[in-house]
Amino acid sequence: MAVSETVAVPATTPTPPAPGRGRRGRNAAYWLYLLPGAVLFILVIGAPLVGTGYLSLTKWSGVGDPTWVGLDNYQQLLHDEVFWASFRNTVAMIVAMVVVPTLLGLVLASVLFDIIGRRFRPRTAAALRAAFYLPQVLPVVVAGIVWGWILRPDGAFNSLLDAVGLGALRHDWLGDPGTALPAVMAVMIWVQIGYPVVVFMAALQRVDPELYEAAEVDGANWAHRFRAITLPQIRPETFVVALTCTIAALKVFGPIFALTRGGPENATNVPSYFAYYTFFKKLQVGYGSAISTVLTLIIVVVAVVFIWMQARSERRDRGF
Amino acid sequence: MAVTLIPTESAVVTPLRSTPSRDRHRRGAARWVVLALVTLAALAMLVPFAFMLLNAFKSPTDYSSGGPLSWPTEFYTKGLRTYWTTVNFPLKVWNSALIAGSVAVLGVVVSLLNAYALGIGRVRGRLWIVGLFLLANMLPQEALIYPLYYVAKEIGLYNTRLSVIIIFTVIQSAFGTYLLASVLSTFPRSLLEAAALDGAGKWTVLWRVVFPNLRPTLAVLLIFFFIWTWNEFLIPLVMLIDNQTQTIPVALASLQGDRLMDAPTTNAGALISLVPAILFFLIFQRTLARGITAGAEK
Repeated sequence: MAVSETVAVPATTPTPPAPGRGRRGRNAAYWLYLLPGAVLFILVIGAPLVGTGYLSLTKWSGVGDPTWVGLDNYQQLLHDEVFWASFRNTVAMIVAMVVVPTLLGLVLASVLFDIIGRRFRPRTAAALRAAFYLPQVLPVVVAGIVWGWILRPDGAFNSLLDAVGLGALRHDWLGDPGTALPAVMAVMIWVQIGYPVVVFMAALQRVDPELYEAAEVDGANWAHRFRAITLPQIRPETFVVALTCTIAALKVFGPIFALTRGGPENATNVPSYFAYYTFFKKLQVGYGSAISTVLTLIIVVVAVVFIWMQARSERRDRGF
Repeated sequence: MAVTLIPTESAVVTPLRSTPSRDRHRRGAARWVVLALVTLAALAMLVPFAFMLLNAFKSPTDYSSGGPLSWPTEFYTKGLRTYWTTVNFPLKVWNSALIAGSVAVLGVVVSLLNAYALGIGRVRGRLWIVGLFLLANMLPQEALIYPLYYVAKEIGLYNTRLSVIIIFTVIQSAFGTYLLASVLSTFPRSLLEAAALDGAGKWTVLWRVVFPNLRPTLAVLLIFFFIWTWNEFLIPLVMLIDNQTQTIPVALASLQGDRLMDAPTTNAGALISLVPAILFFLIFQRTLARGITAGAEK
């Protein structure tokens, strides 16, 4: 790696144009390589995206011709209680899929790497990491189906409560609008936690071990090392995890489909399930398109803000 | 990146020198407490898998009398066999493998061609193009699904595995293009120039110089594409509607709530749906660990 990096340095300095051929003319031939990708991209992503934007301005059931209604669908959205509920639930999904897993993941990765990996054998840390990561391997819909069964009134969780003498707490966890959302959040934490743990542990491998050893010789305990070394060293990875998990939380569909189908009484409805239901069950294609378009705009804004913040913090680091 | 950060960090560490050093003996005991706590948390993570195993091989009568926590009185495999034959599980594995495998290979090829033009060719406006690909990867699939569904019906691609393969090749290669373009923008120019001096054209340089150097990254990308596509749900759910074409997650989800799916059958179905995923995990674990650290060093 070190070798390729030193070789790579000249790439950043502008290379003089090859004799005889102009740089622009030489590069133009590369467009050919972009052609297949660009055509596929326009057909599968560009055109459908524009199509959804157009349909959001119409009323359509999927047969016949769409009727132009202007911004009516968006006006209707503003007064739609289900729409607002679905976005409130998205905030809950961000807590369950981004905030809690990232914070827990930072602590767990640091404990596994800094305490268990160094005071016990690294293999112990690797085995524990695998246990946290296992739910990530499971297709998320399969996870949803198994948890749906565990949380049923006659499911394993209530039996477990009985077995430890807490039978009074038996409950229809996913069937009660009051507990459905917290139950879904708990499942999502279980699903997500392995991702930050694995990414952060991989990130810690590239931190110079002498930093930790020096800090320890100086008497810094785990909490000191966590604040002074672990957190600042793996900040780039923390950004990436927070961004990818936030996008995943905004788009979450499979687990909701498998666990609750947005119910009971929309207590766990999210924008993507709401859009799917509006498209394919209520056959209101225009309205479903409006929901999807709003979700798309929110995701684009979130992504741009994240990338801008990351670029700014990297610039600050270089300023030292 | 790591190299530039280290000097600033050691400066942060120095003030801690004044902290008095801890009693060695006490710290020795504390580490066992930490190990016990983390092990307990890790075991708690595995409990749902234990429930799945415990109930997948239990007969329905056994389940209704003993409940979800009892030890099975016999090794009951009829739930598993019912699920296996009803959904034609081998066909579902084939569908999933065909779709995920084709997407992985095609997605990597398209990503490589795009990234070659963007990272090595440095075509005009490449930053905007790369940004567009990155955003495309983040789009909610709901924003694409209805037009895709409608057009697929019009041109006879609805309910075919080919439709899903084409769609995911594009979606996955959006991410691949973003990743490879940034990897290739640091590709050693001297290698390219040496090849050009030898009279190699762009096509030859791509396959003889760039491709061999990129092989480890491409392998990781291939595995990611495979697993991501294997686990996809919304688009296969909408596009694939019958037993002949469905993938493993869609088959399991569309039987949910069916009379056939009593607790043991549900668990058996979930359990065998999990087996291929765990197999990939075990097979690819080393490649992935290598790839992640290679990516982090960049």
